[in-house]
Formats: sequence, C-alpha cells, structure tokens
Amino acid sequence: MRYLILLIISLFASHANSIEWEDKQLFEGAIGSQTISVISSTDTAIFAPIITSFLTINPELNINYYVASSADVYEEFQRNPQDYDVVISSAMDLQLKLVNDGFSARIEGISYPDWAQWRESLFGFTMEPASIVINKKAFETLKVPRSRQEMIRVLRTNPELFRGKIGSYDVRQSGLGYLFATQDARASETYWRLMEIMGSLETRLYCCSGSMIEDLSNNTISIAYNVLGSYAQARTDIADKIEIILPSDFPNTMMRTAMVSKHSLSIRSSASFLRFLTSSEWTKAEGDSYHLPPLQAASQNEQRSAIALEPGLMIFLDKLKRKTFIKEWENALIQ
Amino acid sequence: MSTSDVNVYGSLRNRLVMTLIGGVAMLTLLSYFVIRNYAAHIAVQSQDSILRASVTSILDAAALRDGSVEIDIPYAAFSMLGTTTDDRVFYVIYQDDLVLSGYEDLSLPKDRSVTETAYRSTIYRDVAVRQVSASRTLIGADQRTIITASIAQTQDSLDDALDEISENIAIYGIGFFCLAVLLSIWVSSATIAPLKRLADSVARRGPQDLSPVAKPVPTEMVPLVSSLNHFMERLERSLKQSEEFIAEAAHRVRTPIATVRSHAEMTLQRVDKEENRQALRSMIRAIDETSRAAGQLLDHAMISFRADQHDYVSIDLVEITEDIVMRLRPVAEMKDVTIQLNTDAEVILLGDSILIQNAVRNLIDNALKYSPSDSVITIEVRKQPVTFIAVQDQGPGFQTHEMASLTDRFTRGENASGTIGSGLGLTIVRDVAKAHDGAVELSNNPSGGACVTLSF
Amino acid sequence: MKFLLIEDNEDLAHAIATRMNLDGHVVDHAISLSDAKAFSETVDYDLLLLDIMLPDGDGRDFLEHFRALKKDTPVIVLTARSQVSDRVSMLDLGADDYVTKPFDHEELQARCRAVLRRKSGSTQTTVRIADIEFDPVAGQLSISGSVIKLRNRELRLLEILINSPGKVFSKQKLFDRLFSYDDEVSENAIEVYIGRLRKHLEPSTLTITTLRGLGYRLDEH
Repeated sequence: MRYLILLIISLFASHANSIEWEDKQLFEGAIGSQTISVISSTDTAIFAPIITSFLTINPELNINYYVASSADVYEEFQRNPQDYDVVISSAMDLQLKLVNDGFSARIEGISYPDWAQWRESLFGFTMEPASIVINKKAFETLKVPRSRQEMIRVLRTNPELFRGKIGSYDVRQSGLGYLFATQDARASETYWRLMEIMGSLETRLYCCSGSMIEDLSNNTISIAYNVLGSYAQARTDIADKIEIILPSDFPNTMMRTAMVSKHSLSIRSSASFLRFLTSSEWTKAEGDSYHLPPLQAASQNEQRSAIALEPGLMIFLDKLKRKTFIKEWENALIQ
Repeated sequence: MSTSDVNVYGSLRNRLVMTLIGGVAMLTLLSYFVIRNYAAHIAVQSQDSILRASVTSILDAAALRDGSVEIDIPYAAFSMLGTTTDDRVFYVIYQDDLVLSGYEDLSLPKDRSVTETAYRSTIYRDVAVRQVSASRTLIGADQRTIITASIAQTQDSLDDALDEISENIAIYGIGFFCLAVLLSIWVSSATIAPLKRLADSVARRGPQDLSPVAKPVPTEMVPLVSSLNHFMERLERSLKQSEEFIAEAAHRVRTPIATVRSHAEMTLQRVDKEENRQALRSMIRAIDETSRAAGQLLDHAMISFRADQHDYVSIDLVEITEDIVMRLRPVAEMKDVTIQLNTDAEVILLGDSILIQNAVRNLIDNALKYSPSDSVITIEVRKQPVTFIAVQDQGPGFQTHEMASLTDRFTRGENASGTIGSGLGLTIVRDVAKAHDGAVELSNNPSGGACVTLSF
Repeated sequence: MKFLLIEDNEDLAHAIATRMNLDGHVVDHAISLSDAKAFSETVDYDLLLLDIMLPDGDGRDFLEHFRALKKDTPVIVLTARSQVSDRVSMLDLGADDYVTKPFDHEELQARCRAVLRRKSGSTQTTVRIADIEFDPVAGQLSISGSVIKLRNRELRLLEILINSPGKVFSKQKLFDRLFSYDDEVSENAIEVYIGRLRKHLEPSTLTITTLRGLGYRLDEH
C-alpha cells in the first residue's frame, strides 16, 4: 500500500512539473485493481458523488481524478494524451476540437440525440444553463431583472449602486466564459450593449464560477453574469442569500461533455464509465447529493437552448476569430 | 429407342438460360458499378459545393484593416459542414505564403491556380479527406495581398451515403436480376417449345408413320426438319424396297415350287407303279416342307421385328380366334376334323394384333397337323383366371421329356415324323407370348392328345 | 362350274386347270390383268382365282376394280407373299379367301367349296342322277327326298365317282385325291369310305361296284 501511495505521489509529481492542478484525488473501488485516469474541469466536490456511485457498481475499478481549468485540461491532454483515459470538460468547443483533431475513441452503441453527441466520441451528459445570479440584499429595493434587457435597464438607472459590484468571466482566461460570450454574441446584439454598460461600471473579471459565487456571497459583488447556475445551487450554505435567474430572452445552456482518449490502455473500462455518465443511472440514486443537472432530465425548452455539438463551435477557437472577438470584447469591457 | 441410348451433351434450354442469365448478371454488375460511380461522383460534387461555399464565406469575411488582415469567420462557415456522421473538419488560412490560422500542417495543392477553386482528395492525418481551396486578393491603400482558405473534410458521411446507395442499387440489381432470370427461363422455354413440340410429334408417331413433318416450324429449325423429312423419306423408300424385295423373292421362289408341286400331283394321277408313286409323294412332301419352312422363317423374322415395336392396341382374342378358325375350317374338313370353339363373349387384351393372330394361327395349325381323321380340336378362350387361349387336340400328344425344349427354334417333336413343319411354330408362339409378357404351357390330356395354353 | 384363273405362270395355270377339270369345273385362263378384265366383262364366272403378281400390274388393283363394279363373284387369291403381311390387305380389298403358294390342290378345292357355299347357295350346282340329288357345294345328298349330310371325304369320294359314272377308279387314284400327302394312312383307308358311301346309297338305285384288282365304279341300275 505504501508502495502504491509512493507510486501515485511520484505520478502526481511528474505532472506537477507541467501543470498546476486545482485538485487531484484517487477514488478506490472496493476491490479496485484497474485505475482509470480522468482529467476534468469539474470540481471534485461536485463530481465525487457520481464517481462514488460508479465505483459501487464497478468495485474492481479505481478512479484517479485530476481537476484543472478547462483551458488547462485542453492543453494538458493535448500534450500528454496517453496519460488520461477520460476527459471531462465544460468547454464544449475545446472538447469538440480534441475530437476533431483525432484524440478520441469511438464508443459505439450509445443511443443519443444528435445535438448532444459528436462522432460517437463526445457526449454531453449535463444541461447547465448560463444564469444571472444576484445577491438578494442588493436588490431589496430594486426590481429583480429577468432578462439581459432588464439587467441593462437596472444598471443604467442605478450606475452608482453597481459600480464595481458586477462580476463576470474573464473570457481571455476562462474557456467556459469565452464559450458563453461567443454564444451570446451570436444570439443577439444585446450582448454587446450589456458589455458596454458592464465595462463602464468597472466590472470585476473572474477566472472561475467558484470565486465569483464566493464574492457574491460575501457581498463583494451584487450581480454575476453568465455564471453556471449549477455551481451556485451547489452552495446550499448561501442559498438564502442569492437568487439564480435564467434570462428569459435567450438562454444558453452548456453541456458538460466527456470523451475517452484514443490512447487509453483501458478503453473498455473507460467506455463503461462514459456509458454510466450518459445513462440516467447516476441521476436516480441518492437524490439531492448531486448538483449537476443531468441531460436526461432536461425539458424540451432546455434542450432547445442547448449549445449543439457541431463543427461551428470550432470557429471561435480560430486564432483570427478569437483575436477579433477578444479585441471587441476588450474594447467593450475594459475602458 | 430410349433416351439412354442417346449421347447427351448439355441442354439447349439450359445453355440458353445460362447465357441469358450470364448476360444479365454482367449487365447487372456493370450497371451496379456505373450507377455507384455516378452516385459517388454526385456525392463528391455536393460535398465539394458545400466546402466551396464554406471557403467562400471565409474569404468574404477577410478584410484589410490598418494594414493587417482581419477575418471574422462567420459561424455558418463551419456549421454548414455539419453532417449526419459528424465528419471532421480541418482548415487553414494563408496570407500569401504565411499561415494565418488553422491547421498549419494542412498543405495546399501545389499546382493550384490562384484564380480558380481547387478540389482534391488527399490524405490528412491518416484519414482520407476532400479538400477545397480558393484564394482572394485583398487590395489596400498601398498593399496587395492574397488570402487563401482551404477546408478539408473527412468523407464518412459520403461513404455512408455511398454504402446506402450501393445497398439500394444492389437490392434493385438483385430484384432486376431475379426478374431477368425468370424472364430468361420463360424466354428459353418459349424458344425451345417448337423443338419440343417437334420431338413430341415425332415421338408420338406410330412406327409405320414416316410421313414428312407438315406443321409449320421456325426458320432456324428448317434445316433440321427438312433433313428429318428427307431422312424419313429415304427410310420409307428403303423399307418399301426391302418389303417389295421380300415379296418379290417369295413370289419368285414359291411360284415355281407351286408349279412343280402341281405337276407332281398331276403325274401322281397318271402313274401306277408303286415305287414311282412313293417317290412322287416324297417329292411333294419335300416341296411342302420347303415352302412351309420359308413361310415360317419369314413370319418369324416379321414377328421379331414387330415385337420390338410395341405397337399395341386393344384387341379381342375371341374375334381373332373365330376369324382364324373360319379360315382353317376348310383344311380341317379335309381331314374330317371338327373344331370346337368355347369362348367368353369377348376377351379384350392389349397387344399387337398381327402377332397375336400369328400365334393363334400357329397353335391351331399345329393341332390340325397332328390331329387324326375324324377327331375333335377344342379351343378355349377365357379371361379368367387370366386371359388365355388353350388348344387341345386328340393327336399323339407330347413326349414328357421333350416338353421343355419344344419351343426352341427348329426343334420338332418325336411324334412329328410324317408331319410337315419347320419346328418354328411353337417358337413363334413363345416369342409372341414373351413380347406380351405372357407364357406358353404344354401339357398332355389324360385322355390323350396335346394341349397348348397361351396365357397373357 | 365356271372358274376364271388369272395366273401368269402358264405351267402352274395349266396344272391348276387340269385338276379343276378333273373335278368337273370349266376353267378359263387369263395370263394378264387386261385379259382378266376382258374375260370378266364378257362372261359371268362362278369363282375367280387371282394371282397377285402379274406382268401388267398388281392383282390387288384388279380386285379393287372388280369389286368397284359391284360384282360379288367369289375371289380366291393365290399369293406367294408372307401370310402375315398381305392377309389383311387382301381380305380388306374384298377377296373371300386366299391360298399361299405352293398349295395342296385338295386345300384349294376345299377353300373353293367353302367360299362357294358361303356366297352363292347351292341350287345351280346340284347334280341329278337316277333318284338322287347331289349338291357338292353344300355337301348334301338327297335320295327320294330324304336328305343325308355327307362328311367331307365321303362327299369328295362321291363327287369323284358321280362326275364320271361308269368309270373305274383305282384305289391309288382315289387315295391321292382324298388324302393329303402328310396323312399317315394306308391306301386301304379308301375301303372304309367306300363302305360308308355304299351304306348311304343303299336306298337309291346307285351302287358302287368293286372290280377286284382294278378299283371302283358307280353304276346305276
């Protein structure tokens, strides 16, 4: 056992040289003998129940769970594809590009809607809408905005109240933030007007949902734009302080996606993990302990708002396109 | 003659069917490949046109701003490339010879003209892709630059579509093939039908029917039919000739014999010396034996010939027997022999009438020959328990030890001395019985006399 | 009776005619079909003896032609052909009977008698001598009105004797005419038939006289 731990530590150490892990954890099955390495952009705390429930069914497996930002997940996996069996990320565009560039294994026999899978390799398994999260206290006297249009109105009418009190992703750092931003921009011009207002009110930029919600809960900011509602919901401790709003004008729903590495040495076990994620099994057991909204449970409306897995996603990863978009975004937000 | 005597080599009908089926199979295969190629061509064309639209939309989005190139690639440029099998997409954008964006290792076709859109199928990252490349010249205030966009896409969807089309063509092809096979069989049968009809009509003919085939036949069969007709004509002529020859020969032989016999008889009337009379009698007996032998030999040959022909019809044994008895009655009367005929009303059997007549005549002839004067010959014709005719005389009967060999050719009974005969009589009866699956049985009456039973 | 013999072989024809004369028949001889046609058109015959192979044609053609003229005179065909093949066609063409060459003259006689008996009845052939009437065709002998049926050899014997009353016939001659050459009987068998015939003739005025060493003779008292 000591030897195994040593081995794991040394394994971790080797990676530590190239990447800064947000977290890494080994989940052991009851009679675990084979280990699957999962590289993910989802916080361990949120994902742990799913892994535990998988290991209950497959006690012969262990899961090594590495957490990094979605951009890091993309970079690291591209660099060392042979080191990981399963890749899970919220950055659909990057995941799609990994598949397009031939890093994935085809997992056949999963019956899935077309928009939620690509090349039988990349599978969405959650439905997480981008939402506006507010601190209830800040809106005690104000009308709570239900859409981007209403948010623009609130910010315009109360600029002083919200100066420095707005939070959003730094799209230059956050893959998910970039995805939401580009999808917003595709959907409506309203996005750019909102960005201009937010820029004029000295919006704080965050790398991740977690810290943004943290700041929201301690009153550092009053309103967070394009946060993952699921992350906010997971913080039951601050549930009474915040309110999660799904914009009624045009919702953007992100799918957390998973794929199996083509270079995996345990494709069979990895595929069974992927099948577990895409099945409705993990959504049934233990009810509330899961905070990720499963794709299987999504309503028709939510499904329609989902960002489809299609080659178009790769457009925004184009160097020139990204340069143009970031320039525009910076012009709007950083004044 | 049965078909087993014929040296068979293949079947015209089968050969025709096989040739037609082979032709159809070749046509089906050929059309399969032609259609499949055509479908592939169209599928590639439609992929090309989508890729070209995508390339065009990228090039259209390119602009020179402040001396640098900006390309705001429209979302549609890639989303239009979505296929049912989620084909992979690779692209690269060049400014002159520098990679601006995209997959740097995706090379451009070398012999490409700047003004034209280039299409090619190539291998990229170990997979087969279809690549479309096009260029656009951007002209700024003081600069001129060429932007080249190239998009490559895998062909899974194309292959799927092709597989599906191929499968459909194959199904239609097989259907067409099956239909054509049925048609070929029908056509072959229809083509062969006149030949079969001709064969049937020739086979149905009676053995004596050597008339030419009169029914109309297709042109292709004219040589066959005309040589068949010609052959039959020659056969008929030659048969007629030999028949006439036999008749002529018999005439030539028998007429002088008849003359000699008549003269001998006449002489006998005038000669008184006993030894001369004996000599003349022997002479007449010898003449009779000669002519009788000749007659029976001819009869026997005729019977052997007819027994092979199986020209069987339904005949009444009673009627035949009555006819023969009537003809022989004058001869019987000469010896004061009475012929008694006991028969059923009618006894029908299937056989060759001439053969049966001959056998019956020989039976009665024999009985007459061996009957003493003032005796009775009894003839029974019955259908129960089997169809039979029994002829019984009051002559000396058979010797027990010779009964088995009597029906052999040229064997005469020991009691036949002084009786004219060639020994072929019973042989003829036996041969006729054999030709009709019947039997001849010889026996002696307890009260004396021979009994011969011919049963069928 | 009047017979027409159509036969191209003159020797044979002569022999046949001689025998027929012995039996009391008149025979005209035609050596070709054209002769036969000429004869048959001018004279009514009681019987035709027809050879098949003739120098100027086939006897069967003549037969056909003859029957086509609605003549029902009995025809006996003399043929040298096989008994099997020609029998049917000849009878079909209207021949009443046939004999195959060479033939026993007695057989020809018997057949002639049988055919005549079948065809023509007996009125014209009846011979009347003294108190008897003899019909050789029917084989009937009537003495003062009572009819006696004669057996064949008795009839033949009587026929021979009655054709030449008063003539002496030797035993041998009678034997030759009564028996075929294959009959294994001795010449003494004649005495049996003479005896039978004498018995039949008892009621009449005719008697058969035995001339010892010479033969027999029919006498009328």
